[in-house]
Amino acid sequence: MEETKINAQPIDSKIPEGPIAEKWTNYKAHQKLVNPANKRKLDIIVVGTGLAGASAAATLGEMGFNVLNFCIQDSPRRAHSIAAQGGINAAKNYQNDGDSVYRLFYDTVKGGDYRAREANVYRLAEVSNNIIDQCVAQGVPFAREYGGLLANRSFGGAQVSRTFYAKGQTGQQLLLGAYSSLNRMIHAGKVKSYNRYEMHDVVIIDGRARGIIAKNLVTGKLERFAAHAVVIATGGYGNTYFLSTNAMGCNCSAAMACYRHGAYFANPAYVQIHPTCIPVHGDKQSKLTLMSESLRNDGRIWVPKNIEDAKKLQAGQIKGSDIPEEERDYYLERRYPAFGNLVPRDVASRAAKERCDKGYGVNNTGKAVFLDFSEAINRLGIDVIRQRYGNLFDMYEEITDVNPGELANEINGVKYYNPMMIYPAIHYTMGGIWVDYELQTSIKGLFAIGECNFSDHGANRLGASALMQGLADGYFVLPYTIQNYLSDQITVPHFSTDSPEFDAAEKKVQKNLDDLMAIQGKRSVDSIHKELGNVMWDYVGMARTKESLETALKKLKELRKEFETNLFIPGTQEGMNVELDKAFRLRDFITMGELIAYDALNRHESCGGHFREEHQTEEGEAKRDDENFFYVACWKYNGNDETAPTLIKEPLHYEGLASEGRSCHGWL
Amino acid sequence: MHDIPTDTSFLEMMDILNEMLIEKGEEPVTFDHDCREGICGMCSLYVNGHPHGPATGATTCQLYMRRFKDGDTITVEPWRSAAFPVIKDLMVNRNAFDQIQQAGGYVSFQTGGAQDANAIPISKEAADEAMDSATCIGCGACVAACKNGSAMLFLSAKVSQFALLPQGKAEAKRRVKAMLAKMDELGFGNCTNTGACAAECPKNIKLSNIARLNREFLCAKCSD
Amino acid sequence: MWLTNSSVGRKVVMSVTGLFLVLFVTFHALMNAVAIISFEAYDAICEFLGANWYAVLGTLVLAGGFAIHIIYAFWLTLQNRKARGNNRYAVTTKPKDVEWASQNMLVLGIIVCCFLILHLVQFWAKMQLPELMGEHIMRGQDYLQATFSQWWVLPVYLIGFAALWFHISHGFWSAFQTLGTANDKWIPRWQCISKWWASIVFILFAVEAIYFTLHFTGVINC
Repeated sequence: MEETKINAQPIDSKIPEGPIAEKWTNYKAHQKLVNPANKRKLDIIVVGTGLAGASAAATLGEMGFNVLNFCIQDSPRRAHSIAAQGGINAAKNYQNDGDSVYRLFYDTVKGGDYRAREANVYRLAEVSNNIIDQCVAQGVPFAREYGGLLANRSFGGAQVSRTFYAKGQTGQQLLLGAYSSLNRMIHAGKVKSYNRYEMHDVVIIDGRARGIIAKNLVTGKLERFAAHAVVIATGGYGNTYFLSTNAMGCNCSAAMACYRHGAYFANPAYVQIHPTCIPVHGDKQSKLTLMSESLRNDGRIWVPKNIEDAKKLQAGQIKGSDIPEEERDYYLERRYPAFGNLVPRDVASRAAKERCDKGYGVNNTGKAVFLDFSEAINRLGIDVIRQRYGNLFDMYEEITDVNPGELANEINGVKYYNPMMIYPAIHYTMGGIWVDYELQTSIKGLFAIGECNFSDHGANRLGASALMQGLADGYFVLPYTIQNYLSDQITVPHFSTDSPEFDAAEKKVQKNLDDLMAIQGKRSVDSIHKELGNVMWDYVGMARTKESLETALKKLKELRKEFETNLFIPGTQEGMNVELDKAFRLRDFITMGELIAYDALNRHESCGGHFREEHQTEEGEAKRDDENFFYVACWKYNGNDETAPTLIKEPLHYEGLASEGRSCHGWL
Repeated sequence: MHDIPTDTSFLEMMDILNEMLIEKGEEPVTFDHDCREGICGMCSLYVNGHPHGPATGATTCQLYMRRFKDGDTITVEPWRSAAFPVIKDLMVNRNAFDQIQQAGGYVSFQTGGAQDANAIPISKEAADEAMDSATCIGCGACVAACKNGSAMLFLSAKVSQFALLPQGKAEAKRRVKAMLAKMDELGFGNCTNTGACAAECPKNIKLSNIARLNREFLCAKCSD
Repeated sequence: MWLTNSSVGRKVVMSVTGLFLVLFVTFHALMNAVAIISFEAYDAICEFLGANWYAVLGTLVLAGGFAIHIIYAFWLTLQNRKARGNNRYAVTTKPKDVEWASQNMLVLGIIVCCFLILHLVQFWAKMQLPELMGEHIMRGQDYLQATFSQWWVLPVYLIGFAALWFHISHGFWSAFQTLGTANDKWIPRWQCISKWWASIVFILFAVEAIYFTLHFTGVINC
C-alpha cells in the first residue's frame, strides 16, 4: 500500500485577531466591500440549491451581484436539505433556560469532540439568532405556543431547549423559505436558475476559479459558464456508502472536481452515523429511511440474551414479542446505566453493531436490533404513546408492514407489543472541502458552503445544527466574506467562455465521458456502487482498525479497476442518459471512498464520528488523542486518482475554551 | 417481472426492472426520483390510474409492493398535462410550478433586515394552518389528477400559507393576482372543484385552500 | 377584464349565473306546485307572467343568464381540454371522494339543455312568445294537458330532472367554493345543502310531472 505523504507547509485559515467573541464583528468592520455600482459588474456561480446554496444565491442576488445558480434536480426546491426533520438550533434563549451564544458555541465544539475550528463555531452561534428572525420574516410557519410566540424543543447534546421546528418538516420549510427568496431574485432577473444541470468541472484561470463546465442533463450537452467567483454548495458524500439516508442524487462530484484541482479536502473520516434507521431488508434496497431520534425517549433498545433466540429470530421462527422480559438484553441500559437508551448517536450506533457482530441481530440479515415500546405503552397507555409517535408508527408500518402499537403477545400477565427494528445508517458527513474563515477553499475565488465544506461541526454534529450551518453560511457569512475577495475584481470584465482554459476544461470533461461510454463491459453502475458501499460499510464504517482500513484501500483499488474495465452504460451521450450520469458520480465516489480510508488510517485516535477500535477506553468509549491529533487533516490531490494524497495539517488553536475529555458520564 | 419481495418499494421495483434491462443491454426506463422519503416531491408516476399510486397520502416512493397482488399487471404512466411536457419516458418537466412561484410566491424582504422573530405573535391556529398549507411538496400530482389540468391546489397552498401569516399580508393582493395570472398564462386549466387534486394529494392539502385563494383573489380584485 | 381573462374570474361568472339559474328553477318548481293545488291559481300565475313588461324583462335576464352560463361552460371546457394535453391516460380511476357529477358537468349540462329546448318548445313557444306577437293564447292548464296527456313526456322529463339533480348537486356548492365562501367546515355543509336543494327541486318537479301525467291521462281524477 502506498504511504501518504505529509506536507509541512503552513496553512492560513485567516482567523481574525481579537477575543473570540469579537472576531466576527472585527472582521465585518474591517473587511473590504464592493459598492453597489460595482456589484452589477460581478458574476457569481453558485452550484447547488440546498439551504446553503439557495440562501447564498438569493442573498447575493439581493445585494446586486449577478448570480448563476445550478441544480441537478428539476427544481431548486428539491435539494436534500428538504428531508431534514428535527429542527434548527439558535441561541435565542426564549425559554429562559440559560441559553446564550457562548453556550451554543460551547455545546457545538464539545459535540464535535473538540475538532472544530473555534472561531468558525463562535460565528455560527452568533448568527444563529439572525437565521430564526430571517426565516420568520420569510413566512416560515414555525411551531408556536398558544400565546403566539415560537415554540422550542430539546435535542440531544444540550441542556437547553433551543431547537425551533416546523412539524417534522423543518428542513422542508426552511428550504422553501430560501427558495422563495431565490424565486424573488429570479423574478427580478438577478439570479439565473439552471435546473437539471450538473457541474462537471471547475475552470481555473491564472490560479483563480473563473467558471464551470456543466452538463445539461436533458440534452446531454456540455455547456460553459464564466464568473468572477464560484461557490460550491453541493452537500455531503454520504452516498459513498451506497446505502445512506441521503437522497439518490446526492453526490460528491463537484467537491471532487475541486479536490482534483488542488482544493484541500478536510477531515473526510468524520462521517455521522444515525442509530435509528429502518434496517436493510434485502439486497434490492436503494436507500435507508431515518426514524426520528425522539423514539429513544420512550423506546427501549434490546436484543435477546440467548444466542439461540437470536438464531430463531433470524430464521423467522419466532417474533420479538415471543421473548419474555427476562430473556431480553437491554444492552444500552446495561452498559450505560446513567443514560440508558439516550446515549449519544455514535455510542448507540456502535453498541448496536457490537451486538449484531456477536450474532445477536434480530432480523433475517442479522443486522437489526429491537426498539420496544411495550414498557412505555403499559405504563402510559397506547393513546399517550400514539399521540407522541403516531405518525412515526404509521410511517414504520407503511414501510415494514408491522404496527409497533399493536398488542402481539401476553406472557405471564405481561403485555408485549410489536417492537420496531432499527439499525444505524450513514446520515451526514462532517468532513468536506477545506475552507478558511472566509469560506474560501485553498483555490482563490472558489468558495464552499454548507455540508459541502468541512464545516463547523468538528468530528461530530449535534442534532439540529446542520440546518443552522447551511443557512448561516448562505445568508450571513458568505455574502460578506466573498466581498473581501471580489473587492479587487471589479476591474476584471465579464469573462468570455471562449478561452483556451475553457476549451481545455471542456475537452477534459468530454474525454472523461467518452471514456466512460467506451468501457462497454458487463456490470451496471448500481452493482458496482453497491459493492463500493459494502466495502465502505464493512471496513470504513462505524468501527475502524488499521487492518480494516488497509483492506479497504486494497479492495477499493480493485474496485476502481473493475469500474474502469467492466462498466456498462447503455444508450448514447445524446439526450438524457441517467446511467451515464450515475457512472460519472460513481467514479468520484470511489476516489472519495479512498480519501475517507486514508484519513481514517492516518487518524490514530477515536473522536466523534471516527472510531478506531485500537483507541478506546476499557468501557469501550472513544479515546481522543489531543496531543497528536489536535488538527484538521487537509488532503491535497497528487495529480491522479491512483496516487495517495498528501496530508497537510491545520493545527487547531483554542482560546475560548479548553478541550476536555468526553465520556458518557459527562454527557447529556 | 418475477419475484419482487413485498418489502420492496415501488421505485425499488423500478430499479430492479432497470437492472434487468441493463443486463440485457437495453436502455433503462427514465423516471424522476430523489429523496425516497416522500418529501422532495421529485417522484411522479401515474400508477394504475392514480398519481403516486393507489395508496392515499403517500408519494410513489412511499408505495410498497405489498399493495399489489401476485400476478397483477401494473400500468405506469407519466403525468399527463399540457403544462408538464414529457422529457423522456416517465419524466416530465414541471418547470411551470417554479414559474408560478417566481411570479409572487415570496415575502419581499431583504436578508438581514428582519426584526426579532417573536416581535409579532401569531396565533397557534394560524401558524398550524399555514403549516398545513406549506406542507405542499410541489410534486404536481394535483395537476396530474385534475381532469382540467388545473394547478389551483398547488397555487392555493402557497397563497394560503402567506395569507394566513402576518408576514405575508402586506403584499397579499399583489401576490395572488400575479401568481394566478402566471398560472393562467402557463396553460393550466380552470378549476371546476372536482376535488380529485385533494383526494390524490400525497400531503393531504385541503380543498379549502382553493376557496381561500378564490376569496383572496376576489377581495384583491374588488379593491382594485 | 378579469371576468374573462382570469380563470377565477371566469369561474365566478359560472358561479353567479349558476346560482341565479338555481334560484330560477326553484321558483319554477314552486310555481308549478300551485297547479297541484288549484289549476285556476296556476292559470293566474301564467297570465301574470305573460306579455307584461316585467315578465319580458325577467325572461330576457333569464335568457341572458342561460346564454352566459352555456357559453362559458363550453369555453371553459375547451380551455380545460387543451390544458389536459393531447395524451390521455391509459388507465384512470375515480378517487372515492370525487363526485361523479363533478366530472361530468358538461354532459349533464347538455342533457339539461336539450330538455330545456324541448320544454321551451312545449310551453314557452306556445305561451309567452305568441302572446308577445299579439296572438291569443289559452289557459296555462290547457298547455299542461296538451303536454302531459302524452305518455312519452313523463320519462323524458324525469331524465331531464335527474340530470338537473346531478348538475345542481355539484354546481351549487361548487359556486360557493368559487366565490370563496367556503372553508373546512363549510365545504361539507355546502355539499350537504347542495344535495338537499337539488333533491327538493327534483322531488317537486317529479311529483308535479307524475301528478300531471296521471291527471291528464285520466288515471286519477282529482
